[in-house]
Amino acid sequence: MDRRALTPPPVIARTTLLVLLGLLVLVIASFTSLDMQWGELFSADALRSSREFLGGFAPPEMAIPFLRKVAQATWETFSMSALGTLLALLLGLALALPGSGRFGSAARVVVRLLLNVLRSIPELVWAVILLIAAGLGPFAGTLALAAHTTGVLGRLFADALENLPREHEETLRINGATPMTAFCYAALPQILPQLLSYTLYRWENNIRAAAILGVVGAGGLGQMLKYHLSLFHMQQAATVILAMLLMIMLVDGASFWLRRKLNGV
Amino acid sequence: MAFELRGIQVRHAVAAHAEVPDALHDITLSLAQGEQVALIGPSGAGKTTLLHTLACARRAESGEFTAFAVAPWLMSHAQRHALRARFFLAPQTPPLPPRQRVVTAVLAGRLPQWSFWQAITSLIRPREAGAAHAALARFNLQDKLYARVDRLSGGERQRCGMARLLLSKADALLVDEPLSALDPALSLQMLAVLQQEAHARNATLVCSLHQVELALAHFPRVIALREGRIVFDLPSAQVTPDMINALYQNEHTTLPEVADKASYCMGTPC
Amino acid sequence: MVALVALLLLWPMLQASEFQPWILFDKQSLSATWQFLSGFVPPAHSPEFLAMLMAATWQTVAIATAGLVLALLAAIPLTLLATASLSVSRLESGRMRSVAVLVRQSARWLLVVLRSVPELVWALLFVRIVGLGPTAGVLAIALTYSGMLGKVYAEILESSDTDASAALLRNGSGRLAALCYGALPEAAAELVSYTTYRWECAIRGSVIMGFVGAGGIGQRMDESMKMLAGAEVSSMLLVFVLLVAAADQVSSFMRKRLL
Repeated sequence: MDRRALTPPPVIARTTLLVLLGLLVLVIASFTSLDMQWGELFSADALRSSREFLGGFAPPEMAIPFLRKVAQATWETFSMSALGTLLALLLGLALALPGSGRFGSAARVVVRLLLNVLRSIPELVWAVILLIAAGLGPFAGTLALAAHTTGVLGRLFADALENLPREHEETLRINGATPMTAFCYAALPQILPQLLSYTLYRWENNIRAAAILGVVGAGGLGQMLKYHLSLFHMQQAATVILAMLLMIMLVDGASFWLRRKLNGV
Repeated sequence: MAFELRGIQVRHAVAAHAEVPDALHDITLSLAQGEQVALIGPSGAGKTTLLHTLACARRAESGEFTAFAVAPWLMSHAQRHALRARFFLAPQTPPLPPRQRVVTAVLAGRLPQWSFWQAITSLIRPREAGAAHAALARFNLQDKLYARVDRLSGGERQRCGMARLLLSKADALLVDEPLSALDPALSLQMLAVLQQEAHARNATLVCSLHQVELALAHFPRVIALREGRIVFDLPSAQVTPDMINALYQNEHTTLPEVADKASYCMGTPC
Repeated sequence: MVALVALLLLWPMLQASEFQPWILFDKQSLSATWQFLSGFVPPAHSPEFLAMLMAATWQTVAIATAGLVLALLAAIPLTLLATASLSVSRLESGRMRSVAVLVRQSARWLLVVLRSVPELVWALLFVRIVGLGPTAGVLAIALTYSGMLGKVYAEILESSDTDASAALLRNGSGRLAALCYGALPEAAAELVSYTTYRWECAIRGSVIMGFVGAGGIGQRMDESMKMLAGAEVSSMLLVFVLLVAAADQVSSFMRKRLL
């Protein structure tokens, strides 16, 4: 057997160590700076009051007139999410074109900045702001979802368009087509299934967002939940939460099914 | 007796085939502890399935199977899993994660012997790097100790897979096509190392090969499979070229020359 | 066909969601909007306000980090239970033992429930139980995100190449060890990537939860919005956008560096 010396093991890069250390510091600082009062959380008192609180939810309210209201609110929330996502798809696509650099790099920078602002601000914050212009009710919610999701989808679409190999489009352009036509004939067909897939995935997120936007006044199930919780109508609140869960699972299922069809499964 | 098989019948994998004939049909053979056997046969003959059956990785539909004088499929799930540490099944494609370092990939052979805590700490600082180094040195790969698996060539990866075998403490070495990515010189080295190791541990070695001359030249006993059945099970001295031709009939009509062997070996699927 | 159904639903949906774009342009709403927006410039920048803002920002980051760490701790065992690729019985016969199947399905269902309840609902509930403040936010994030992390971790582990871990299991290795040596090297990149992405989401989530009283910038923003204090809101929005951008940078840096 050969007696060659063992090569020394590679040293972990200093930067990696620093990063790991930084992470540790962040985690420890987070836990210590928050006054979490773990002891009280799990004290007998707290446990008992939580159990009482949770017990108040059963059985969920099932009276027909109430269920009708819940159904209405569910439909309102569903419409909010669907319309908001649809608007975002259209606007996102429109913004993705300049955002991918097809109209020059100045346009790209500006549009990318806009998209970043749109997507950085969460739907709820948008809703709170848009309530001023659109008044209370689901319209503000739809706009809020559209605003935020345009940012998300626009950025995803722009990235996808940028990463697309340009040969097909270039070939059409060289042969005299305008940039828009080249885009529609060459780039769009390639990328449309992927874009639709993203959009459907985003819808899953938006149904959850729509459900809760009502908490700040944008209608739907969220508004019902806030109302009943604030009056301590636990059983009605339970029904609303169940409706939310059902609706979310339904949309998740529909989105999954549609995405599978898109991918030809 | 290391292995006793009687009338073994194994179906193809559950998901795929319903009307396809069995992968293995009416297999009866015995292997003594310390025996070295070559497994030959055309593609799809069932060599890989037989190796998996021997390793307790596939359950037979019918027949009796004993390994190390116990019947593994009559044992409890936990006992059978403990028994698995005594087998080492080396698949044809080395199962090494591409982003892992060679040292960790090779030391994975020791996992059945290590406690979970030892395994985890070894990920950060390899526990028996010296042993891994020695094992790789037998294939002249000691310089690759800390290289990443995906930076190795196909042949190097295959030899690293075998280095893992060297580190295991198995009593039965079940090797599937270890030479598929190796040139003739490295093939001879590989066989030599495998057989030395098996001899040193008195372990049973079952090695499936496409390279028939190597099988006949280096292994005292040859088992030939075709379409899931044993065609012959003889000492290599008694195997004639006619028997080989008949075995591989419809596959390749003549045995290729040694000069062509390299290209033939490299591209052949199994 | 799907498109047809969607089109048919369009009109009723427009009605249900009270989609009336012209409202945006009626006089009252225009003037209210103008008044609010004009307060945006200049953003509030008095030293006391900025100090308060910085403290609130740190609180938001702390809530997100603490919540995510707890979620991680909860997700790991759930993931292991929910992953089929580590099942030895499935290796042997192509099917898992019924006990294993039951455990796996229960774990998956638990993950689904944890994920499906919107985090704000958890926050609302926790605010009622433990009172206003960051604790409610941390708990809400921990619960929701454990579901998300668990589900995606399981998916990543199951869709990655199982040859390496299967070979180790066949040779007698324990399940956890096979995971660490076989599946993790490939999956680690994606796992870390997704976790850092979720940390970014947690930061945004904890701002949102502030609106129902769970502390951080969100709570401050809610208070300022109620008073229509445009200057304060714009200042906070600015800080918030910067915070999210910074978190994004940190997370992509982490992803590049560690892998």
